[in-house]
Amino acid sequence: MTPPVDLAVVGAGPAGLAAAVRAAGLGLSVALLDAGERPGGQFHRYPAPGLRAARPEALHHGWRHFARRLRQLETGGVTYLPRHHVWTVARGDGCWLLHAVVGPDETPATVRARAVLLATGAYERQLPFPGWTLPGVVGAGGAQAMLKSGLVLPGRRVVVAGSGPLLLAVAASLAAAGARVPAVVEAADYRAYGRSLPAVLRTPAKLAEGARYGGGLLRRSTRLLTRHAVTAAHGTARVEAVTVTRLDDHWRPVPGTGRRVPCDALAVGHGLVPQLDLAVGLGCATRRTADDTHALVVDADQATTVPGIWAAGESCGIGGADLALTEGEIAADAVARTLHDVPADPRRHAALTRRRTRLRAFADAMAAAHRPGPGWADWLDDATEVCRCEEVTAGRVREAVAGYGAHDTRTVKLLTRAGMGWCQGRMCGQAVARLAGGEGAAAVESRPLSCPVPLRPLAQLPPEAEEFRA
Amino acid sequence: MSAPSLDAVIVGAGVVGAACAYYATRAGLSVAVVDRGPVAGGTTGAGEGNLLVSDKEPGPELELALLSTRLWRELAAALPPEDAVEYEPKGGLVLAPDETALTALRAFAAGQCAAGVEAREVDEHELAHLEPELTKGLAGGFHYPQDAQVQPARAAAALLRAARSRGALVRLGEEVTAVLTGPHGAVRGVRTPRGELHAPAVVNATGTWGGRLAALAGTRLPVLPRRGFVLVTEPLPPGLIRHKVYAADYIADVASDSAALQSSAVVEGTPAGPVLIGATRERVGFDRTLSTEALRRLAGQATALFPRLADVHAIRTYCGFRPYLPDHLPAIGPDPRVPGLHHACGHEGAGIGLAPATGLLVTAALTGDEPPVGAWPFRPERFDSRGPADDFSDPFDRPDGPPPSPGART
Repeated sequence: MTPPVDLAVVGAGPAGLAAAVRAAGLGLSVALLDAGERPGGQFHRYPAPGLRAARPEALHHGWRHFARRLRQLETGGVTYLPRHHVWTVARGDGCWLLHAVVGPDETPATVRARAVLLATGAYERQLPFPGWTLPGVVGAGGAQAMLKSGLVLPGRRVVVAGSGPLLLAVAASLAAAGARVPAVVEAADYRAYGRSLPAVLRTPAKLAEGARYGGGLLRRSTRLLTRHAVTAAHGTARVEAVTVTRLDDHWRPVPGTGRRVPCDALAVGHGLVPQLDLAVGLGCATRRTADDTHALVVDADQATTVPGIWAAGESCGIGGADLALTEGEIAADAVARTLHDVPADPRRHAALTRRRTRLRAFADAMAAAHRPGPGWADWLDDATEVCRCEEVTAGRVREAVAGYGAHDTRTVKLLTRAGMGWCQGRMCGQAVARLAGGEGAAAVESRPLSCPVPLRPLAQLPPEAEEFRA
Repeated sequence: MSAPSLDAVIVGAGVVGAACAYYATRAGLSVAVVDRGPVAGGTTGAGEGNLLVSDKEPGPELELALLSTRLWRELAAALPPEDAVEYEPKGGLVLAPDETALTALRAFAAGQCAAGVEAREVDEHELAHLEPELTKGLAGGFHYPQDAQVQPARAAAALLRAARSRGALVRLGEEVTAVLTGPHGAVRGVRTPRGELHAPAVVNATGTWGGRLAALAGTRLPVLPRRGFVLVTEPLPPGLIRHKVYAADYIADVASDSAALQSSAVVEGTPAGPVLIGATRERVGFDRTLSTEALRRLAGQATALFPRLADVHAIRTYCGFRPYLPDHLPAIGPDPRVPGLHHACGHEGAGIGLAPATGLLVTAALTGDEPPVGAWPFRPERFDSRGPADDFSDPFDRPDGPPPSPGART
């Protein structure tokens, strides 16, 4: 058996890529496993070479740094393993075992490592509303990804809705690529940023970015509606219009304020949810975030509460690519120090730490401002499908709660199958928790299989000793 | 808050507690059901819903299972259709891979038939007819038409709802912190953070945590957790797998005393489409860490039985903790050491199946009626009669963590 690598990094987005390249530069043997075809993660998506995009960087900022890291990835001694979907990280004999399925054939692979860095990123939070399953309704992040990787627009007249700083960026990208964006519908109130003014003012680059998006949109006659939500999408074969309704402080729709906005696509999202399945499976502690999700608890070195497991990027709390890069570098330095006694460069360390503090404070301010209000569930009628995989309606969830005593997502799932389908509750978890009567965050979901795994590779796992005990 | 006068407090809102409440209220008793978590929040919610007679050797448990089989059929007809408990009298198919196994299985089945089980030998040709996707080359097997299935969480919720409609007080999310006793040591109710519930009887239906409630009442019941993993596949077309299918060595595993991992996959389809493959058995305390070895064995055995499953995706796995007593029989009935305390726990992997008969037995004890089957083998104090060499503190039982939080598992 080959000796384990020093560090296995899961996820080749900004955090994982930065960490892998940095750790290799410090002399560690590094494996970088990623489910995607190409490095960059959800943030640095770019067209497949076959599409011959003239300027893939046009839709990105930070492209120059990304390109530098890509070059280092090719030359710098990182074993880059694309199309590796890690489904669990297990404890082996003196090392970690990263079990993955590889490529379209889903062949099994196991990587052994002395330390693991989880840079598993995040996925978009969806809150259901009547009509959200119509064709033409896409995730805001999904629309951005389509644009970046396929240069495809979801429609010609696209309403952008939901909550979070991503919406302005998405709207700006769509408009720049030629779509008409009649409205950006933001459920929160940007004035809420004022409550964390110091954190916001310490991050002028972020403010300038927001202002640039906002200014560009205004010039293109996009209406920016805060404290409003898309409370219904209409259409038969696909979305033809949406109802935009004013919200009160708790995100309850204000009766009589709805109006129809014609469109042929809706890009909607309510921020991002850290992807924690591998970490939760390992027993890493989590914390509740200001916007009602869960993120990993990490120390100043980005170490999780499980010795030997580090984490960086969105899984430690949504904060954007710049914060992810910073955390990735800090984590790589810490792993090198722990495994190889590579001394820390004090000035570099201080600069990275300051940067992380500043960006984290900004991210926390954003999270607090965009926390979903409890009243959003009021825009669900009983017929609205909440769990799309298992086709469970809000009415059936409400019945399980009122008639059968379910008061949490797990019991609702057991009684209605909401969350038992292919996505394992990633789409509907938040909505089900709210309907089950919970204020705020659902309990942390445990998904021991972080992705579907065919039985064949499971059956082909190396056997453990006969008298094994977990 | 002063509750109306109660005849019994049932602790535990799993399927056994719900069945106790169902039959007790049907007999006109006034009961409260208290659980620290939600309905079906413990082992019930992690169960597959096996209603099996095929895996039981002649004896008291089989007698209980045969009674339960009848009761489940009645319940399925009596519960309102909107409860959707997914009762399926699908039958079991026990397979013998070779002649040696088949000979052993014949002897086993003959004993069962003498005890009232319906079992019929099927040859290789008929196996292919009963389960078209089954692997070829098996020596034979037995068909058990009485084996059935129910969706356990829905079944528990339905029984509890029926009990509530007959006046049962249901208090979920409320942990029993003390069992109250009177001057002569007799039980007089329970205490929870919300106050006291007074009743002359307390029923311990806390499953795997039954030893703890016994301790609160000042007595001892050596219930241990026996972990099991279940693999769940993506939804498959209906009719792909039609019975509860398992290899004959499952029976040996169920009756085993070993702490090490045992596994013989029971493979079955569900009305919603996913195929369930379960479950392993091992004694590791309340440890929820994923065992890839357990998955390897379940997947290996399931694909050996049904080769077509090799390309099917597992989308979920979860574990549960069977409440296990040293002689593999449940503890059912009054505890002579603590007057008024009744037990209804320790059913190991058979709790869904045995719940209705347990509910009837407990109700008979509460009302003083004749029990439907002999309850002597299940008497809770039976472990006291053993010598001091039998120390039931489980060497493999790790210190418990905090109680599993609802929603903390799939």
